[in-house]
Amino acid sequence: MRAFTYERLDGDSAARRRADTTDSAYVAGGTDLLQLMQEGIAAPRALLDVSRVGTDGVTAELDGIRIGAGTRLTDAIEDPTVAARLPLVAEALAASASPQVRNMATIGGNLLQRTRCLYFRDVTTPCNKREPGSGCPAQAGENRLNAILGGSAHCIATHASDLAVALVALDAEVIVERRNGERSIRLADFYRLPGDTPHRETHLEPGDLITAVFVPIAATGLSSRYLKLRDRASFEWSLVSAAVALKIDDGEVTAARVAAGGVGTVPWRLPMVEDRLLGRTIDVATLQLAAEAAAEGVDPRPGNAFKVPLLVNAVARALAAVADQELAR
Amino acid sequence: MNAPALSAVIGQPVSRVDGPAKVTGTARYAAEFVPDGLAYASVVSATIPRGRIRALDTSAAEGMPGVLAVVSHRNAPKLPYLERDQRPPVDPKSGDQLRMFQDDKVLFNGQPVAVVIADSQQEADAAARCIGIAYDETEPTTTFDPGRGRPPSEETAKGGRPGAAGRGDGAAGLAEAATTVDVTYVQAREHHNAIEPHATIAQWDGDSLTLYDKSQWVQNVVVEIAHVFGIEAGKIRVISPFVGGAFGSALRTWPHVTIAAIAAKMTGRPVRVELSRRQLYHSVGFRPHTLQRVRLGAAPDGRLTAILQDAAAQVATYEEYAETTLQPAETTYSCPNVATAYRLVEMDTNSPCPMRGPGIVTGLYALEAAMDELAVALNVDPVALRLKNHADINEKTGLPWSSKALKACYETAAERFGWADRIAAPRSMRIGTDLVGYGMATAIYHADRAPAEAEVILFANGTAVVRTAASDMGPGTYTSITQIAADELGLPVEAIRFELGDSTLPMAPVHGGSITLVSVGSAVAEACAAVRQKLEALTGEGSIAERLRANGLDRLAASAKASPGEETKRYASSAFGAVFVEVRVDEGLGTLRVKRMTGAYDVGRVINPKIARSQCIGGMMGGLGMALMEAAEWDPRFGKVMNANLAEYLVPVCADTPALDVTFVPSEDTVLNPLGAKGLAEIAICGVAPAIANAVFHATGRRQRHIPIRPEDLIGT
Repeated sequence: MRAFTYERLDGDSAARRRADTTDSAYVAGGTDLLQLMQEGIAAPRALLDVSRVGTDGVTAELDGIRIGAGTRLTDAIEDPTVAARLPLVAEALAASASPQVRNMATIGGNLLQRTRCLYFRDVTTPCNKREPGSGCPAQAGENRLNAILGGSAHCIATHASDLAVALVALDAEVIVERRNGERSIRLADFYRLPGDTPHRETHLEPGDLITAVFVPIAATGLSSRYLKLRDRASFEWSLVSAAVALKIDDGEVTAARVAAGGVGTVPWRLPMVEDRLLGRTIDVATLQLAAEAAAEGVDPRPGNAFKVPLLVNAVARALAAVADQELAR
Repeated sequence: MNAPALSAVIGQPVSRVDGPAKVTGTARYAAEFVPDGLAYASVVSATIPRGRIRALDTSAAEGMPGVLAVVSHRNAPKLPYLERDQRPPVDPKSGDQLRMFQDDKVLFNGQPVAVVIADSQQEADAAARCIGIAYDETEPTTTFDPGRGRPPSEETAKGGRPGAAGRGDGAAGLAEAATTVDVTYVQAREHHNAIEPHATIAQWDGDSLTLYDKSQWVQNVVVEIAHVFGIEAGKIRVISPFVGGAFGSALRTWPHVTIAAIAAKMTGRPVRVELSRRQLYHSVGFRPHTLQRVRLGAAPDGRLTAILQDAAAQVATYEEYAETTLQPAETTYSCPNVATAYRLVEMDTNSPCPMRGPGIVTGLYALEAAMDELAVALNVDPVALRLKNHADINEKTGLPWSSKALKACYETAAERFGWADRIAAPRSMRIGTDLVGYGMATAIYHADRAPAEAEVILFANGTAVVRTAASDMGPGTYTSITQIAADELGLPVEAIRFELGDSTLPMAPVHGGSITLVSVGSAVAEACAAVRQKLEALTGEGSIAERLRANGLDRLAASAKASPGEETKRYASSAFGAVFVEVRVDEGLGTLRVKRMTGAYDVGRVINPKIARSQCIGGMMGGLGMALMEAAEWDPRFGKVMNANLAEYLVPVCADTPALDVTFVPSEDTVLNPLGAKGLAEIAICGVAPAIANAVFHATGRRQRHIPIRPEDLIGT
């Protein structure tokens, strides 16, 4: 590990501007960043600890629910507002990592965790995300965990966050404190597809600090299911996950929000699935037809082709579970 | 003095005597010793699979803060690496061990090529990243291609891993069979992944060397390092009081031990080498990737007419590690015609090594999966098929078993599991979206014993110390041996301190192969008997303390050596077991959960049922990992394991743990050793993976002939 300085920041935003260089990094729970530093993948000269800058806590506002970026995952799961009005978020968080990690990790940090692509994590191999222009061995290598959606010839690394999948489904916004004030970015626009610059993962600018995520009121209080499929029962990233929230009135779908994890280079919204649900009357055939749209545009590799049927089936199963909840309502 | 109450403590579920030290953090592991002036090493690993080091630029690293030295083949001392008169059982029988910094050759990706020593670990690691290495690469061999398999060398064959073995006429037996199966199974390369990383601290004092090491055999480390450096064994002491799991990875003396001693020599400071998790994947061995073909033939009544089993396992180019993979084919069942063929597939990789149940667990996986296929082909119950072919003697050696209660294992486990509820046809049991499958397998692991010595000292304060150079990597040796001593001395467990893990203590054999309890335990029992005799020769009466004091003694000591004898020529000894598993498979989601597992074991006399159960449930979970998760993701382009990290190399977590039911059937083996025990460690992982694979077939009707079995194998078509 390279030598670095450590500074704990307080609520004074001026102090945060010291992060305005590429050689410094914010840290809160550190559950991913410290791994990256130990492995030599990240080597910031300065760590700025933002865990005490006062961005934790959940607030129900008139137009939606705000989850502070510094909120620990465990605290968000246990928050009564999140549990009651954002069950999809609570379920996605509860399926994340392990209790120990959830006690440390924060909402903001979770959105910025780096990929688990084996070649990204091993500094002795090429990786365009880690070393632009060095190549992407995952294309023809061990790509079982890699993306089937949103990839490019330069990168097929999956985005690892479950939270981001749930939030994308719910049209969440990321609140960012920037040098000249605060701004809000739709999470759907927050991440960049890898294209030929896979090392640029978000639209954050140097010095930007995520202070909160905001879920608009229209996306709250929906029946939902976060179905996560993985190689073991806990403490593991998803092979495929399906985030589904529906509203069904008199048998007709009036709201449909569907996204998938473990399959995309970014958290992957599935508008085609939603289109096949909205305004339709719910029955088994409709759900199945809708779920099949999840595979639209997939570009699998030999090692991860199994994710295609898995994705369709996971979406179908989650849709059916939520439809049952709604119909029983 | 009265004779001690027989078995007052043996057989009791005594809690681990080392438990408080472990849970309070006072138990000290190899990396946690802090000799004065300790310096820290960071090993630099090669990043190509084969070639030579053309240039090595250490100038930047040498100028970095805290750096004391950078050692490589350019400046390391030339070491004699003397050949030992007889190689220890934990080392390959042919080829040469990897030599540290003696030339510019790179034999595999990850080979240590340099080491940085600094005042802190962080400084050493930072400098290690700044060493520039240029290589001349040569074409590597990095694919596991069984077609390139070659028979083992003569030395390896003599060591019990022959290229061909068997009895009768395998081909004829197959030809006469009414029913045959011919199936091929593959299992992935697996890594031990003990929680404690391997670490060594080396400290020179003049020409004397002290090593704090993670080791399953401290006295072998002494001999090995003496030969590497060409120094007297008497000048070396190895200390290893606690081992945080090993599963075989600490049997051998690996190159990092030599690195620590070189680094300490060159810096004049005690030096710690602690391998990173990622480095463990190319530094301390692994269970080799293995392909097996099994052909079974059976008569109409289910009696086996032939067992033909072939195995091809990956091996390093520089030394020849081979396994007893094909031994179960010869010993598990009664069959007149057995033929095995063993091949090694050389690759540019670090050398594999024993991992819990070495060889046997691999061979049993294929044999027991094939037996399940045969049961289906014959349309007989899998348990009935095994009973039909029960081996009343060891047909490999022709010797009777010193004890065998395998039939009781089948019966007990089947009863507890509810095997009778199984509907034989695959895909016939279902709960909701889950297919339900029941599967079973036989477990067998040879029970061995080796010579061992122990010393017992009674003190006038009524306490005793038991000493021997054994190890306790987690099975509970500290506790079980203490119980044996307590019974033999008639003292409470609390009055006895058991000292182990120091090479200066009385001789103990390798802590592996499930031999510690019967070997060391027998020596301790004899030493206790010897000291009791001395005590009885003293005048006076009353407690031990009273009699010592009455004789003006502050202590009384005795030593003993216990060895196996002629019985090993007259009997074959083995632990046995039967494992039953229920799985739930959701084909839509590719999910497989082991719902419950029942194991019944014949391990002879159980010294401590609590820690024996712990051993078994640990072995079951190891088997579950083997069946469903554990696999090195090898990229032949780089010749390396890509998921060399506990985040990506998966082992089961608590949420994967099913209901685990362990029973020990009544058994006692006083032929193998006076304690009546048979050893318990390896047996617990045996049979688990095939039982799970067989249950998956029963659930789904689709045969998975490889492990691990993962979601992509299960998702419905």
